[in-house]
Amino acid sequence: MNSLILSTAARLVMPLILVLAVFVFYRGHNEPGGGFIGGLLAATAFALLEMAQGVETARRALRFRPQSIAAVGLGCTLIGGLWGALAYGYFLKGVWPLITKHADGSKSGLPFGSIFLFDFGVFLVVLGGVCCILFALEDVVQSDSEAGGD
Amino acid sequence: MEAAVIQTVTRDAGLWRFIPATIAALVTIWFAGFIGPVSEGHAPEYIYQWAPTIGVQLAFRLDGLSLAFALLICGIGAMVLLYAATYFRSDRRLLSLQLTLVVFAISMLGLTTADDIVTLFIFWEGTTITSWLLVGFDHEKETSRAAALQALLVTGFGGLALLAGLLIMGEVANTYRISEMNALGDVFRDSPLYVAIFILVMLGCFTKSAQWPFHFWLPGAMAAPTPVSAYLHSATMVKAGVYLIARLYPSLSGTELWMWTLVPVGAFTMVLTSVWAMRQTDLKLMLAFTTVMGLSMITMLLGTSNEIAVAAAMTFILIHAFYKAALFLSVGMIEKGSGSRDYPNIAGLARAMPLTATVVMLAALSMAGMIPTFGFLGKEVIYESTGHLHFAPVAVTVAAFAANALMFACACMIAFRPFFFRAQMAPKDRPADPGWGLWLGPVILAVLGIAFGVFPGWLEHHIIAPMVLAVAGVEMPVHLALWHGITRPLILSLATFALGALLYLGLDRIRETLFRIEDDVPRTEAWYDAFLRATSISARRASLYLQDGNMTSYLRRTFFALAAVIWVALFRGTMTWPQFSLSPELIDWTIFAIITASLVVILRARSRLTAITALGGVGAGIATIFVVYGAVDVAMTQLFVEILVVIFLAIAMVHLPRYGHVPFVRLNALIAVILGVGVTTTMLMVLGTDLDLSLTEFFEANSAPVALGRNIVNVILVDFRGFDTMGETAVILFAAVAAYAALKAGRGVSK
Amino acid sequence: MEIMLAVLAGFLVSAGAYLMMSGKTLPYLFGLTMISNAANIIIFCAGRLTFGAPPLIPEGEKYIEGAANALPQALVLTAIVIGFGLLVFALTLAYRSWFVLGTVEMDDMHESEPGTEVIS
Repeated sequence: MNSLILSTAARLVMPLILVLAVFVFYRGHNEPGGGFIGGLLAATAFALLEMAQGVETARRALRFRPQSIAAVGLGCTLIGGLWGALAYGYFLKGVWPLITKHADGSKSGLPFGSIFLFDFGVFLVVLGGVCCILFALEDVVQSDSEAGGD
Repeated sequence: MEAAVIQTVTRDAGLWRFIPATIAALVTIWFAGFIGPVSEGHAPEYIYQWAPTIGVQLAFRLDGLSLAFALLICGIGAMVLLYAATYFRSDRRLLSLQLTLVVFAISMLGLTTADDIVTLFIFWEGTTITSWLLVGFDHEKETSRAAALQALLVTGFGGLALLAGLLIMGEVANTYRISEMNALGDVFRDSPLYVAIFILVMLGCFTKSAQWPFHFWLPGAMAAPTPVSAYLHSATMVKAGVYLIARLYPSLSGTELWMWTLVPVGAFTMVLTSVWAMRQTDLKLMLAFTTVMGLSMITMLLGTSNEIAVAAAMTFILIHAFYKAALFLSVGMIEKGSGSRDYPNIAGLARAMPLTATVVMLAALSMAGMIPTFGFLGKEVIYESTGHLHFAPVAVTVAAFAANALMFACACMIAFRPFFFRAQMAPKDRPADPGWGLWLGPVILAVLGIAFGVFPGWLEHHIIAPMVLAVAGVEMPVHLALWHGITRPLILSLATFALGALLYLGLDRIRETLFRIEDDVPRTEAWYDAFLRATSISARRASLYLQDGNMTSYLRRTFFALAAVIWVALFRGTMTWPQFSLSPELIDWTIFAIITASLVVILRARSRLTAITALGGVGAGIATIFVVYGAVDVAMTQLFVEILVVIFLAIAMVHLPRYGHVPFVRLNALIAVILGVGVTTTMLMVLGTDLDLSLTEFFEANSAPVALGRNIVNVILVDFRGFDTMGETAVILFAAVAAYAALKAGRGVSK
Repeated sequence: MEIMLAVLAGFLVSAGAYLMMSGKTLPYLFGLTMISNAANIIIFCAGRLTFGAPPLIPEGEKYIEGAANALPQALVLTAIVIGFGLLVFALTLAYRSWFVLGTVEMDDMHESEPGTEVIS
């Protein structure tokens, strides 16, 4: 698929999708979105780039090996869980270090904490997992084509 | 740490090897501390709530019966572990043997102190599995493996029956605590389920304690190393069956069924195995047969449901443990010292192995029931009790008399044949007594057998009386003493000696006869073999039929079974037509039409592209449903997934095969339709039931204030049910790794 | 609408099962997808339908009433992602088996069990 239009459009659209993916992930706790959806959207961005400009470009754009990203993601979910265990003695209990509770019961502050880390882990696992299969499939398809099968 | 231990043992057994024996000895002392309170009638309990919602507890209770067994298990365990540490001194398998023996001892302790039927059953199975490991300890030998498997299958089968029986008991009694069951009086005996309970529980006890027709596994289990046989097959594991009979005696005994089963089976097994014991030349095998005889004696005595017989059974349990463990260990000493345990090969060893000869002789005295041993007291009590029976007193007396006489002959055989009569002969050049680690245990046991015979008072008051109290619920009905005057038991004892001596003198002739008829006697082991063969043949036929290697037929069966399950459930339930608040709008009709049309296209498609497009149509339709009915997150997920699926298919399409037209197959269509209609009907039925919304309400109420998130779906995913999500992320990761491996298998990872 | 969804789930299961029984790899994959779609619909519908009211608590509020049931949505969301992972894995397998074994008929795939020919 060496269409110039697709190639150019992908270069322009792909960063936008990525930004959108991060946005969707970030707002997920309060509005529709979250780690699963953000991760899928980000993976879509790389899939688009791969289709337009080839697997090497997509791989370079991702910078890290997708397997490593997924593994780091699983690590994030684990750490997010252990954080709660260390702070309150319950695995996966939410910890919100940047949120202060006021006397009247209302709360304010930034929503970064163990749950956010956990959701980020989900984001990374989905992104890494999908990209892992995607790149591997493209590699194999290409080498099979060169080998002249089919 | 662990590796270091193993290395130490394999390099040089060192002092490490005495640790298990020391621990067992310390535990024995700890248990001995309970003798005082228990003999005063206390029964310490320990209860841990294990699964309270289904009424399962880890409950332990130490009454007279449990304490006696605990002392036997730990005390003899200490001796056996010490013995094993010496016997296998330079064997690199010592550690694994000791480990298994310790696990076995723990299971046995748990079994005999458990006061909850589930607890009891778990430890019961623990002994089954560890004894399988122990019998098959020489796992490089075919015969060892076969014997171990046989023991496992027979006792495992009994264990399953026992579980069923115990659970029925729990249902009838409405409690799982054995002490509470035993306090219920006639509840079980009056229950219509009594026969079922009795049969199932007795299957467990009879298989474990090797009663006819299950007796064959115990001689087979002699493939185990000597320390194992001494422990499992004399003092402990095989006693688990009679222990359970005694444990449940208050609940189940006294009925016609009880007496008419236990007494004949016990008596028959007893006479049968003591006759076959005469035939054996392998000393260990002979002991195995006499062990079955001892167990049957206990079974028979408990079967008579008489208080004095219970006292006799309890006394005999202790006697048997002392002399049989001593003899098993001594046979190991003979084998180590002379090189054989098959006595045509050994004779006249008394001078070369004086200590072994003495130990064997002392233990054999007790086995023969000679004055002044503990065995004599036991025999007196047995004869005493048979005079007081209401049930078949003559038959029981005759059976006990015959078995005791045969036992006397066997005892003479093991005491005299290896040590006297002929000039010294043995496979080893210089037979000699083995070291202290081997003789210490047997000596203690043999000496105890004499000491308790001369001074039975302490044992009677502090061990046997509490046992009788726990089983029969009465004070000790007889008094143990060497001299009661000229009584019926004494006369019977003397007659036993006389007949036994005669049998021993005619031993060689009897043995010739037994050799001759051996092959003509029907053996229950043949039933076992036939059953195994039949199982294996039918299994092969079934798998040939079911596993025909045809994917379509596998799937047909799977889907058909699924449909059958659904329809059976539907017919057993009650159908309520659901009340619906929402009437279909235009958008609903549109979605329905899109999905249905796409399905038809996929079913009839001839090209890949058409099929993929139509599949996208299905996905888009479903995503629309989610949007319309308030599931925005789900709809977004579905859409992105659809996009990615299309991308994946597009990449792979270059090399994917033609879609291939799906031809119409009537059978497949029929199964598919039955399944589909079943699913629809089930769903309508589910919708007709009331929905429990308490979880949803909890999430709605706590999402914002507690979890600080306003998107409830996301809060459920990452906070309330975060553990599930963590598992799901792991699934994704593994799917990716597996797909990667599948793709790159057989090629170098490129670039 | 519930009846319609029930019927749709039945359609999806029927069509999916029929395709899976065809013994061809691609239709098998499509059938698998349809059955997992059907499962999602069943779970979603079992939590009852609410028209156009997502379970999102408005800014500044503490709770919400009358919104769609959030629990089945969470279940379905992860089920979709897992189902996708399964599908992709199956796709790679199908691809490899096609390329290595050169057949789409599953009954011809005997690489791992040589000697077990189809008995029919």
